[in-house]
Amino acid sequence: MAAKRGFRKRQRRLIMLGLVLPALFAAVGLTLYGLRSSTVYFYAPSDLPNAQELAERTIRLGGMVVKDSVVQGEGTLVSFLVTDFEETVLVTFDGLLPGLFADEEGVVAQGKLLADGTFKAERVLAKHDEKYMPPEVAESLKGDYGEYQRQRKED
Amino acid sequence: MEFISKLANPERFMRVSQWLLPIFAVLAFICLIGGGIWALGFSPADFRQGDTVKIMYVHVPAAWMSMATYAIMGVASFVGFVWRHTLADIAARQAAPMGFAFTLLALMTGSVWGQLTWGVWWDWDARMTSMLVLLFIYAGYMVIWQVIENETQAARLAAILCMVGVINLPIIKFSVDFWESLHQEASIIRADGPSMPASMYLPLLAMALGYTFLFSTYLLMRMRTVILMKRRGSKTKGRAPSIAKTVAGETV
Repeated sequence: MAAKRGFRKRQRRLIMLGLVLPALFAAVGLTLYGLRSSTVYFYAPSDLPNAQELAERTIRLGGMVVKDSVVQGEGTLVSFLVTDFEETVLVTFDGLLPGLFADEEGVVAQGKLLADGTFKAERVLAKHDEKYMPPEVAESLKGDYGEYQRQRKED
Repeated sequence: MEFISKLANPERFMRVSQWLLPIFAVLAFICLIGGGIWALGFSPADFRQGDTVKIMYVHVPAAWMSMATYAIMGVASFVGFVWRHTLADIAARQAAPMGFAFTLLALMTGSVWGQLTWGVWWDWDARMTSMLVLLFIYAGYMVIWQVIENETQAARLAAILCMVGVINLPIIKFSVDFWESLHQEASIIRADGPSMPASMYLPLLAMALGYTFLFSTYLLMRMRTVILMKRRGSKTKGRAPSIAKTVAGETV
């Protein structure tokens, strides 16, 4: 009798968890999905709201640094173009660029979008992609480096 | 069901863990020393990051283990909650501090790596934020065991917290796909195979194995200690109940 009661209790606990946990997980999942558009870490140039909408809010802009677009100004002043291959934004920045910052590599800039459509960055972060390789391999690929880069963008 | 009951028998656990423990310890030693030398001495530098990439061999296994430990705790909590197997509760409780340590290690090494590559120590990208949440869940879990004196009650509450927190695991895993983030997408577990050469992912896997065996060694060691303490507590109960109580209360 006692064993049977224990069995029933155990089943009740199982059913309870079986109902509560999936419901809870679904709720969290739906919440996150619903919040997705307002929890963006950075905007791509083509997703960028206009300057009036942002009203001086600090945002992050992410994309690829356009090749040969980096212009060194006076002192540590620097400007470069960021693109998502649809739209391109001019970014100005006064400070030191991170070590991994390079042409045709990912970048995340934090700052404000100005009324003239340029982006004034207060902070620039370099993004790294998921590919790792030894320098010798990269060297031997150098002839095909452009090819490699193109292929990577398509991924 | 029967399988779970078999595992839950403390006598059997003590017998099996007694010979598993030294095997795990030796394997952990071999993998960590071998993998460490391999990773630091012989694995290549990255074409963009240089030698900085070697932080990966400490950081990535720590992050993996922080999640694996939590997954194990989730399963143990579930078994402990539904079947009331004390051994499962012990396993979950004893795994928690190690999970906390792995998470902290991942966050700290990640911070250094982030500074060297991205250019920041910390930023609120989805993966970093969800890992910080994991650290807090571990802390909360340990606090429950610490502050609730009634052990049965503590086990139930901690198990519920742990099971609810499992939702964070897929969030961490898919944070880099679901949100735009500073972290790159997955390099190892991906449809088209690892996006790094074998000279990098093999030492990485050796390190990950080493972490796993180290975790297993410590988990068994900690669980065995608790069971032995409990036994000693119940044996001395007849003679000196107050001492037995404090021993059990402090250590179990």
